[in-house]
Amino acid sequence: MNDSIIEVKNFCKQYGSFTAVDDITFSVHPGEIFGLLGPNGAGKTSTLESLEGLRAPDGGTLRIAGVDPVAEPRKLRHLIGVQLQSGGLPASITADEAMKLFCAYHGVAPRFDLLQRLGLQDKRRVEFQGLSTGQQRRLALALAVAHEPPVVFLDEPTAGLDVASRVELHSLMRELQEKGTTIILATHDMAEAEEMSDRVAILLQGKLVAVDTPLAITATGAGLTKVSVSTKSASLLANHHTFPAVSQQLVKEDYAIYFSTDIGQTVAALIGYVQAQADTLIDLRVERPSLEDRFLELTNGGAR
Amino acid sequence: MTAFVNHFAFEFRTGIRNKNLLLMNYLFPLGLYLMMSLIMPGINPLFRDTIIPAMITFGILAATLLGLPDPLVQAREAGIFRSYKINGVPAVNILLIPALSTVLHILVVAVIITVTAPLFFDAPLPVNLPLFALIVLGTAVALSGLGILIGVISPNARLTVLYSQLFFLPSMIIGGVMLPFHMLPPVAAKIALLLPATHAMNAFNGLAMGGTADFAPWGALLTLFVGGITAFLLAWFLFRWDSHNADRRGHPALALLALLPYAAWILLV
Repeated sequence: MNDSIIEVKNFCKQYGSFTAVDDITFSVHPGEIFGLLGPNGAGKTSTLESLEGLRAPDGGTLRIAGVDPVAEPRKLRHLIGVQLQSGGLPASITADEAMKLFCAYHGVAPRFDLLQRLGLQDKRRVEFQGLSTGQQRRLALALAVAHEPPVVFLDEPTAGLDVASRVELHSLMRELQEKGTTIILATHDMAEAEEMSDRVAILLQGKLVAVDTPLAITATGAGLTKVSVSTKSASLLANHHTFPAVSQQLVKEDYAIYFSTDIGQTVAALIGYVQAQADTLIDLRVERPSLEDRFLELTNGGAR
Repeated sequence: MTAFVNHFAFEFRTGIRNKNLLLMNYLFPLGLYLMMSLIMPGINPLFRDTIIPAMITFGILAATLLGLPDPLVQAREAGIFRSYKINGVPAVNILLIPALSTVLHILVVAVIITVTAPLFFDAPLPVNLPLFALIVLGTAVALSGLGILIGVISPNARLTVLYSQLFFLPSMIIGGVMLPFHMLPPVAAKIALLLPATHAMNAFNGLAMGGTADFAPWGALLTLFVGGITAFLLAWFLFRWDSHNADRRGHPALALLALLPYAAWILLV
């Protein structure tokens, strides 16, 4: 735990008799992009808000760079930047004014270059209420990182963004990571979490059900790999031949699809069969289970 | 200091940029001032003598009780205070800066009324300008404190209107703006003593306009400042960062303590 910038130990959060977060423990390393995943009501927001110093824990300890978020709010504000899910800015404030105001409270010079970088150059004098949802989110991100905090919390950062903005935001996240910034990414977008996160934590009904790299988490699932094959003479579609290590097979359009527990055995047998049938292979795709598949498996069936 | 100045500048601009605030800070007070000044002297010639203090007090009532509380409630509900907290904006700034910017708007309106009323409506100028300015400031402090306190304790926008009107309407009717204090029935006069407007008009009459005070004018002036500061301190004490948290330090009913400096006069007058 000593090389961690964020430490969450036996953290609990209750609202009356409802337990939102139940004794979770994890740590985040400096420079990591750490995904926090979970369905609605899983306890993500309570965990994030407690780390951000907005709520006091009901049990356990939280530390950001050794700082207690509740007991030391003055130290905390220099350590974190937060892109809130909802804008969190006055309706009539312009992008320029918001940048000046927030940077002034952090004691740094305004970072107007970030507004340009995030495509808000033409919107600098537009009031917050006049910005689109995507523009509001980009402004919130610019404000969150303007004082160059070592830890940045991003809550659904790409919700409502177009493709170009999303790519730019991911590029900015990578750039921040290269500079050593730790990013906590709360998202419902599994593809984004899988692509961007070094590690992810999956919360379910207030409990932590998985913390690992996306690859390791998907590997601990049912372990089925999807093999899709299309051939010139459709020999695989005509004959319902069985192949080794295949637990399930189906046909979809021109493809025969197999779910394999051992792709080496299955693929070798498939290629051998196609050659034996004097058929020609057009396409063969091997797809490991995605983080989304594993997430659904966990949320639908509980943790393994 | 830079942050405070930036924040103040933004809030001051918002007081003009935001249509509701523009209405409450300028259009409503100045519109009513024009209307009343054109109509009332024809009905009641004595009204001319109180155009300046009465219309300034009305402007302060509108800007503070109708303009100040609602943006605070809306900002809390929209999560703006949470964002402020994360970025190190102190609670005292969240409360003090809107109050100060409103006071500045009030002073602008007060100058407009004080300069134009003698020119266009033959209204008498204050006989003691420094004291007149001090009373304007005291009234602004008293009522902005009350406005901020309403914004802090009000759980939602609907109740904000109710709380504001609990002070605004009585202030207009029995607070000395329309009717002099000495003309009120005894029970209404006792109730009127709970209103900052009554103390403001009494101080204006006794100390700045060359008239006669209905009760101790210096005491009334002091009460305005004490009442405003009490209300502001209570607002600070009862402040909470968002609609969901439960870390408010006391029950909202504690806000009634802000009326104590005024209530003391019920025993004295």
